[in-house]
Amino acid sequence: MPELAVKSNCYDVAIVGGGVVGCAVARRLTLDGARVVLIEKGADILSGASKANSALLHTGFDAPAGSLELQCMQAGYAEYLAIRAELNLPLLETGGMVIAWNEEQLSKLDGILAQAHGNGVGDAVLVDGAAVAAREPHLAPSLGAVLVPGEHVIDPWSAPLAYLTQAVVNGAEFLRSTEVIGGRFADDEWALDTSSGPLRARFVVNCAGLFGDRLEASLLGDAHFSIKPRKGQFLVFDKMAAKLMRTIILPVPTERTKGVVLARTAFGNVLVGPTAEEQDDRVHARTDEATLEILHDAAVAMIPELADVPVNAIYAGLRPASEQKHYRIRREDGRQFLTLGGIRSTGLTAALGLAQFAAGELRAMGLEISALAEPVVKPMPNISEMAPRDWQAENHGTIICHCELVTEREIAATFDTAVPPGDLGGLKRRTRACMGRCQGFYCSANVARLSEGRLDPPMAAAS
Amino acid sequence: MKVDVAIVGGGPAGLGAAMALRKAGIERVVVIEREPEAGGVPRHCGHPAFGMREFGRLMSGPSYARALVRRAVQAGVEILTRHSVVALQPEGRLMVANPAGSLEIVARRVVLATGAREMSRAARLVGGDRPLGVMNTGALQAYIYLQGLAPFRRPVIVGTELVSLSSIWTCMAHGIRPQAIVTGGDQAVARWPLGFFPHLLGIPVHYRAQVQAIGGVGRVESVAVVREGRGAVEIACDGVLLTGQFIPESSLARLSHIVVDRASGGPAVDQVHRCSDPVYFATGNLLRGIETAGWCHREGLALGKRVAEDLARDRPKGAQVSVSVSAPFKFSVPQRLAADVASAPDLQLRLTEPVSGTLVVESGGRALYRRPLRSRPERRILVPIQHLAGAREPITIRIE
Repeated sequence: MPELAVKSNCYDVAIVGGGVVGCAVARRLTLDGARVVLIEKGADILSGASKANSALLHTGFDAPAGSLELQCMQAGYAEYLAIRAELNLPLLETGGMVIAWNEEQLSKLDGILAQAHGNGVGDAVLVDGAAVAAREPHLAPSLGAVLVPGEHVIDPWSAPLAYLTQAVVNGAEFLRSTEVIGGRFADDEWALDTSSGPLRARFVVNCAGLFGDRLEASLLGDAHFSIKPRKGQFLVFDKMAAKLMRTIILPVPTERTKGVVLARTAFGNVLVGPTAEEQDDRVHARTDEATLEILHDAAVAMIPELADVPVNAIYAGLRPASEQKHYRIRREDGRQFLTLGGIRSTGLTAALGLAQFAAGELRAMGLEISALAEPVVKPMPNISEMAPRDWQAENHGTIICHCELVTEREIAATFDTAVPPGDLGGLKRRTRACMGRCQGFYCSANVARLSEGRLDPPMAAAS
Repeated sequence: MKVDVAIVGGGPAGLGAAMALRKAGIERVVVIEREPEAGGVPRHCGHPAFGMREFGRLMSGPSYARALVRRAVQAGVEILTRHSVVALQPEGRLMVANPAGSLEIVARRVVLATGAREMSRAARLVGGDRPLGVMNTGALQAYIYLQGLAPFRRPVIVGTELVSLSSIWTCMAHGIRPQAIVTGGDQAVARWPLGFFPHLLGIPVHYRAQVQAIGGVGRVESVAVVREGRGAVEIACDGVLLTGQFIPESSLARLSHIVVDRASGGPAVDQVHRCSDPVYFATGNLLRGIETAGWCHREGLALGKRVAEDLARDRPKGAQVSVSVSAPFKFSVPQRLAADVASAPDLQLRLTEPVSGTLVVESGGRALYRRPLRSRPERRILVPIQHLAGAREPITIRIE
């Protein structure tokens, strides 16, 4: 086992932002032999855009032809499939269908199919309404669909956690609750001022998501793009919904957005979302009842039986969209700086591909590293419904969360990992505790006790 | 494990059913309880008003729960704690997880008594940020009475049901100062003493009002409340307590082959509270949200007797008639009547809005029962079951 990192005088690379992209870049560069620090403003990873998405692993069938986005999605897709077994990450091989509900949408399916084939997704096929109904008997009648067998569902939280965990167990440093305040590039290295003190690094990779433009402006003096947050609200149905569908239901996209998706989750639920609402606020991702009702109705219109299924969760996320559709990449060779910005909806799929891309760019900029010979592999505990859970194991002990069947020892164990949770959201994402239908009615007091002194903010104080 | 009757849930209803079964001479009666202790919700209601009928004195929730458990154990009931039923299957087969692993319990009859819980923020679609400090009364009481923890100091309380009063009591007894009470109605839902009680404590009450959004990044910082005809107001607070709006904890049934009634949220039952699978019965607050602990316990006791009789008999045969309600009734329990069952508890109704009129029960164009009704949501409304006996056509219930 390689030596764990000591606080280095000078890192090879400082990655700013612990979203899915930052975590994937940390893993890639660490495995490639760099001394890496990941700096995250929040108390945990996935504190911004990456905590709320639709959890899909896309083939890139509808991505712009020839784009970096498509290239990174397809590289990321392939690498996820290659590493998921050893990292114990789930894959729900659902396939996806772009459904035509009306004639106008039907007329667009040929174009979507052609684009899919052009993007190398050769197994995409056109199916008629009867075939859609045969595949998804609970779905409302449709006119047809483009079936994309390679569209899958993954766990959007365990995946980035696994990436950062690989980095940390192989020597990377993770600085949480740490904000980059400013910095200077001189003598071949960056001196970064952070809220936790100064640190030095030869290269900086900007994975700051919703604040990517601001970080660029702060470190380079100007920003080459500006973030226009796009809010997406979601609604999650209880687990009895999972028997009502299998395939991801995608809409025919409009100019502006990919539209509302109906999909199973790795945890046995069904989610519907996202909306696409422009806003200036980069921090608050607020849900509102009227919009949630529209989403609920949209889901029920697609699968009428969802009307009888309780709603478990509501949430909203902000996508770091910019004034242009494509990824916003900026490479400053002279100042050893790379921005991976404007990663909107496809970041979960593209992250591993973006990390490969970033490693290539940094090498081209002069980073000389050689890959670790025998990196440590640290598999994730399974919290998905795709494999046996801890409560199904012998001697699993007390079950704390009854809705999601989370054991006390799973909660204890997550605090003892390389990247333990820093806030309640992080604990929920790692264990599923409080994520079920009762939303903590039964277990949150127990979870508060088990997490005392470990979360910021704490769940409770002595009464 | 093979048993005569398995009871899922060790609250007042489940323990009542178990005791009655043992008293009727049923040999192996097992209560399956997922918590470390049986007793149900009263375990964390640290205030009085329990036990008057059952034990002849006023008790706190926890001592009432302990007394029920003692009585059940004395009656020869076997209680399996830390045992979670994870699946209900036909022929009385229960998949159970316990600390050592998992097991299957096969029962000749199964009584579901999994209770009710308050509707979550998500299920109510209450918008805004998602900070720490938003919870139901049940969770608050578990923090305070079971863990000695306080999740907030200055909450806004939403709702005016009986449980809302209980939540105010809990707060005031533990140094927590509610900042306001928000309710959709034009008066409190609970009969007494909420109508004036909060005013005495100096807590402002916003009637005909609704929480529109919860604000706060880490912890709750404020709620935006819209008031009918009086505009919006923002209330600074560090928590939001969503009280009441109880729904049956019917997820086991929903995930199984058992039919769940959309209106009540509990399993659809006949007048003896038998589910669509005749091996299964339901009792207590799983039938509907919500009744008192004492009511649920008596419901359980009565059900236990009927299940004991059922064990000695063939399954009911013959036609069943459906029972349906029209607005403003929210639900009816039972949702159907089996033709060949004689004695049974009263039919229970609930309203969605205040009503003043005549309650009419009809079947095949003939009125079976009429009476004046002046009532409000969350109040108990009963129809004596003997008036419904002999109906051959679907039964409908409405207000005239």
